[in-house]
Amino acid sequence: MLLNPAQQRHNLYRNLKSKIMVGLTVAATIVALIPLFLVLGYLLSKGAASISWDFFTKMPTPVGQGGGGMANAIIGTFELVGIATLIGVPIGVGAGIYLAENRGSQLAQAIRFAADVMMGIPSIVIGIFVYAIFVKPFYGFSTLSGSIALAIIMIPLVTRTAEEMILLVPHELREAALALGVPRWRTTTSVVVRTAISGIATGVILAVARVAGETAPLLFTAFGNRFWSTSLFQPISSLTVQVYTYAISPFADWQRQAWAGALVLTAIVLAMELGVRWVTRGTARVAR
Amino acid sequence: MVVAVAIDRATSSRKDGPHLAELADTVTEQVAATQTRVRRARGFGVRAIGDRVFNLTTLALALVILALLFGVTLDLVINAMPSIKTFGLHFLVSTDWDPTNDQYGALPFIYGTVVSSLLALLIAVPLALGVALCLSEMVPTWLSHKLGFLVELLAAIPSVVYGLWGIFIMGPWLRDHVDPLLAKYLGFLPFFQGPQISVSMLSAAVVLAIMVLPYISAVCTDVFRVVPQTQREAAYALGATKWEMVRMAVLPFGVSGVIGAVILGLGRALGETIAVAMVIGNRPEISASVFMPSSTLASVIANEFVEATSDLNLAALVELGLVLLVLGLILNVAARTLVYSSTQRRFSKGK
Repeated sequence: MLLNPAQQRHNLYRNLKSKIMVGLTVAATIVALIPLFLVLGYLLSKGAASISWDFFTKMPTPVGQGGGGMANAIIGTFELVGIATLIGVPIGVGAGIYLAENRGSQLAQAIRFAADVMMGIPSIVIGIFVYAIFVKPFYGFSTLSGSIALAIIMIPLVTRTAEEMILLVPHELREAALALGVPRWRTTTSVVVRTAISGIATGVILAVARVAGETAPLLFTAFGNRFWSTSLFQPISSLTVQVYTYAISPFADWQRQAWAGALVLTAIVLAMELGVRWVTRGTARVAR
Repeated sequence: MVVAVAIDRATSSRKDGPHLAELADTVTEQVAATQTRVRRARGFGVRAIGDRVFNLTTLALALVILALLFGVTLDLVINAMPSIKTFGLHFLVSTDWDPTNDQYGALPFIYGTVVSSLLALLIAVPLALGVALCLSEMVPTWLSHKLGFLVELLAAIPSVVYGLWGIFIMGPWLRDHVDPLLAKYLGFLPFFQGPQISVSMLSAAVVLAIMVLPYISAVCTDVFRVVPQTQREAAYALGATKWEMVRMAVLPFGVSGVIGAVILGLGRALGETIAVAMVIGNRPEISASVFMPSSTLASVIANEFVEATSDLNLAALVELGLVLLVLGLILNVAARTLVYSSTQRRFSKGK
């Protein structure tokens, strides 16, 4: 096909424009990833400089004394997240099963929508809610109320992932079980859910990783504690709240501890995320 | 066999031969009786109870979600009542936030929330669109998955870590390197005038942009990936270049999904608490300059809730939470509706 010079110039322009736009999208991806490496880089360099064995085994020290660690906050984070998982996962998985089993019903659609909307509720609002219904009328700041707040954040995440995972189970499996005369509920629990269990577990771990990094809902539920928390009804320290308190303090040695705490926190969260994704090779995804 | 028995009975009861209607009745009766016998024999009654119990249990657990959603809303309304009664709608437009005199107005925080979130979107949306197009159209699948994973890691980093990095590294860097440039070239605008402070509206916007980018780009990538391959091939067949194909086939197809993703990102930005509370400077005043500290709904709740001096103070803070919740609910309902409609293809394929 013969083109006149004007057309050739136009084609040249079109190709050039296309190349530039492709280049821009690639540049955008690179720019978007820069903060990731900056944050991780600073965490490693600043955090590693102030981390030590004491950090994991000692209690926080008063200002100016130096040394000390976040032993209680590390244990506290595990305790809070553990109890939240115990509360949130059964509810989330049960609700997920309901949504998957009753896919078409109006009620299921309403609940699915509610779960999606709940994922978008700011976590600090959940904190206010738990403060108003548990903290103020009952025991004051406590481990239990902190865990409840985290559980409420977990529930919709677990529900939606469980639902999606159950829907991935081939229908033939269910039909085969039903044809053998297995009752419906046994089919669901021992055939369908068991087939989807690794996917559900993945979703649970990703949800756990998500809430382990939450600070806002803990500020006025678990509150924080400079000592060991010996009961579910006492305030408890967590890595996130401790890092927050230390970071906004004016004291240099507390700020150093904040970097160490942030490093440990990020390591815990990323270990869960990376572990899950490595095991499932990129197919895993938490609902958002 | 059942039918044979029935016919036999029907014929034997009437000497004048089988009557059809009666025959049909008897057959139905017999079949029903047999079915009941078979059910009993196999323990269907027990099974039905098992099914019912299981269904009701899962239903109850699912209803927890609805209950929570309504509970949160109701609870905030009730606890904000003293403030709602005292200040009425004036609460939303008053700039007076003065705990010592028990005077409360939400405007500085609403302003801070909206402006920081919109600025964050201004930075994040073009980048997120670039990332999504790059991942769905430009690079091979294996690389796309690896890059997509890295972008999603941005969402995995806890917000308190972003806040820490924002206070000590990014804020001072912005103050020393970006603020002077903005002041020099755009200083004629009121937004880029005045003292340059490291904890500022700008710092908050940049941190927020980093935090919402992975959400927006992930949804956009999903939306672009469900664009039918035939659309792309049709554009290429017309002689389109790669970019023209994107303009003609991909973007128009995904537009409502992209809008949904942006609104979803806005929802995230509005509600983000800790990172913003750490870098925005927490000053309940409205100033045009983005170099100045500001305050958001979420950040003021985080800062003052535990130290609330009076019941009215607490109620006012809860009302700020209510404003946040209502904004979040509206945005989420809108966003989910848009994203649903544009990724329907994916969901129906999954069934």
